[in-house]
Amino acid sequence: MLEIRDLHATVEGKEILRGIDLAVKVGEVHAIMGPNGSGKSTLAQVLAGHPAYVVTKGEVLYQGKNLLELQPEERAQRGIFLAFQYPVEIPGVSNSYFLKAALNAVRKAQGLEELDAIDFLELVKDKVKLVELPEALLHRPVNEGFSGGEKKRNEIFQLAVLEPRLAILDETDSGLDIDALRIVSQGVNRLRRPGNSVLVVTHYQRLLNYIVPDCVHVLVNGRIVRSGSKELALELEEKGYDGIADEGDETVAEAAQGEARVV
Amino acid sequence: MRQGQDAMDDATNASSIPVMMDDRDGSSDDVIEDRVQQEYQWGWSTEIEADLAPKGLNENIVRFISEKKGEPEFMLQWRLKAYRHWLTMREPSWANVKYPPIDYQDAYYYAAPKKKAELQSLDEVDPELIRTFDKLGIPLEEQKVLAGVAVDAVFDSVSVATTFKSKLAEMGVVFGSFSEAVHNHPDLIRKYLGTVVPYTDNFFAALNSAVFSDGSFCYVPKGVRCPMELSTYFRINAQNTGQFERTLIVADEGAYVSYLEGCTAPMRDENQLHAAVVELVAMDNAEIKYSTVQNWYPGDKDGKGGIYNFVTKRGACRGVNSKISWTQVETGSAITWKYPGCILQGDNSVGEFYSVALTNNWQQADTGTKMIHLGKNTRSTIVSKGISAGQGQNTYRGLVQMMKGATNARNFTQCDSMLIGDKCGAHTFPYIEVRNSTAQAEHEASTSKIGEDQIFYCKQRGIGLEDAVSMIVNGFCKEVFRELPMEFAVEAQKLLGVSLEGSVG
Repeated sequence: MLEIRDLHATVEGKEILRGIDLAVKVGEVHAIMGPNGSGKSTLAQVLAGHPAYVVTKGEVLYQGKNLLELQPEERAQRGIFLAFQYPVEIPGVSNSYFLKAALNAVRKAQGLEELDAIDFLELVKDKVKLVELPEALLHRPVNEGFSGGEKKRNEIFQLAVLEPRLAILDETDSGLDIDALRIVSQGVNRLRRPGNSVLVVTHYQRLLNYIVPDCVHVLVNGRIVRSGSKELALELEEKGYDGIADEGDETVAEAAQGEARVV
Repeated sequence: MRQGQDAMDDATNASSIPVMMDDRDGSSDDVIEDRVQQEYQWGWSTEIEADLAPKGLNENIVRFISEKKGEPEFMLQWRLKAYRHWLTMREPSWANVKYPPIDYQDAYYYAAPKKKAELQSLDEVDPELIRTFDKLGIPLEEQKVLAGVAVDAVFDSVSVATTFKSKLAEMGVVFGSFSEAVHNHPDLIRKYLGTVVPYTDNFFAALNSAVFSDGSFCYVPKGVRCPMELSTYFRINAQNTGQFERTLIVADEGAYVSYLEGCTAPMRDENQLHAAVVELVAMDNAEIKYSTVQNWYPGDKDGKGGIYNFVTKRGACRGVNSKISWTQVETGSAITWKYPGCILQGDNSVGEFYSVALTNNWQQADTGTKMIHLGKNTRSTIVSKGISAGQGQNTYRGLVQMMKGATNARNFTQCDSMLIGDKCGAHTFPYIEVRNSTAQAEHEASTSKIGEDQIFYCKQRGIGLEDAVSMIVNGFCKEVFRELPMEFAVEAQKLLGVSLEGSVG
């Protein structure tokens, strides 16, 4: 599904990713964990194609093709979805209009028929229940005046409607209370399919109690310093990022110290 | 009450707030520029022989126009007075626009398509003309019945077809060309012409009063609610013909009328002057809703050509509880100089102004409104959305005056600017004068650049850049678009080069 090789990326001239290697197979859920500033969100943004992030080295293959040469909308049309850490407000554009435009853009690119208003509403009614989002929010401008939790649930709602092949969740759990966390996780879990993959970017282990990963990677100072099974997340929770770093080899410790300086 | 001209002159010392944008991502800029630099689609010219007055302007030309139209003596005298007054005036220079001096003697002041006697039906209209309207997408025929719209089509200053007049006449509504009204309802013309915008008002209004060729007239009698949206499409066709339209709409006690004015013009190399006057009069408990979509030729991408749109529009809320609402979407013209205003004379009267003004390439717009509060409990609302792209300069200029008698008067003004690209400008000149201690005026303003994060968010959902920009700009203008009648709202959104927004949800 996704293969990242020696990926380096900068933002405003500053190197954030310093050689990421990662492979996500079809149907797998991978978690990327790491302290603040380690480059987790940068990785998510680079994969989605944010113009502020510049890839300086390495390559990313998505479904066997070079992802980095695609425009962000082409990536989206081919099934990459980023649930934003900070969803953007678009005043005056209704949530449902926005989503219908998005869905039809994706469908069109995939050679599918565009949905009319009636079919779309039908589809949306089911999905909106999945994330327990008040239906009224469909008719409000995109994310405008939404609470933090509503914004995050709205992202998962969009995810549910767009049904991407590769979903990237960028700290979707941050700012959520335990109930919202459960709702969001349920939403994601119900969308897990053998043909889909998920990349969960998170700071805390608690999300992984709900969305159970096949693999956990620890990102420190722009590099993956450890990879393991879901138990690695529990270990992290117990020992903290420094603890993990101490147990690792020299590079990891250096990386962790570098991280500390950055922070 | 002071004349608007003076009020604006006074205000020229106010400080401007120019805003320039930062550099943005190159690729986005390119596509945005493509988007905003779309070639003008309606640039062609219809070959119809024009009946021209000789070039230049003097008393004889004024007499020629009046005679051509077979006007009664009082009209000629009024035109002559206006002309003589115009000679004493100077062209205003306070607006935040730049253009080379206009030679008023180097233009034609009258051009009319040659007319066959009286037209009984659309079949008698020059087929070339009908094709012109078809190209513009103006369904003059049966479609309009279904749409519930009667059309008074103005082509090169002369009305060539009027529909549904009989149906309106049944209700006592007078709707047709100004020339017709001069003949058929001289009493109404005499009573109301120049009472809202006197010929002394400003340079362009005086010029219009002297040489106006035609326009629309509407009178809605007491207690009548006009059953359909009345609409007029203006079109400038003959080369070098200044267009001087005159519109007068009167809603008598308890009457209601919604009026639509839409414009496109063919491509031109030379600048064309357009100086229209629109007067609205609302008596007790009457309401007038006036909507405009203006898409005149803005000039090419190097700033060559384009219409000079110097228009005086004003409504008088004469009666108690009367209401006048202006909604405008201004996307065309090289230069726009336009301040549709309301004189809130009757107690409890309401004035509204909703505006979208888009400038790109080298377009300049200096537009806004004037709300003059005279009566008690008068209220006004101003919502202005300015979008600047390319090298466009967009100025909001608004005057809110609360006079001594305006006890408990209220105004709310919201003035938002959006910038697309790094070479455009947005300027705001709000003037507020309050002379009654119980009156309140509120002003809110914002300037934003089209957000890169917003565009990325749309793109990440699969929406291409062009559609994303359209969507964001449309959302920005939504408060104004929702004030437009449905069919106009659709056209307005097309004019911004975007797809329809908001039909679902």
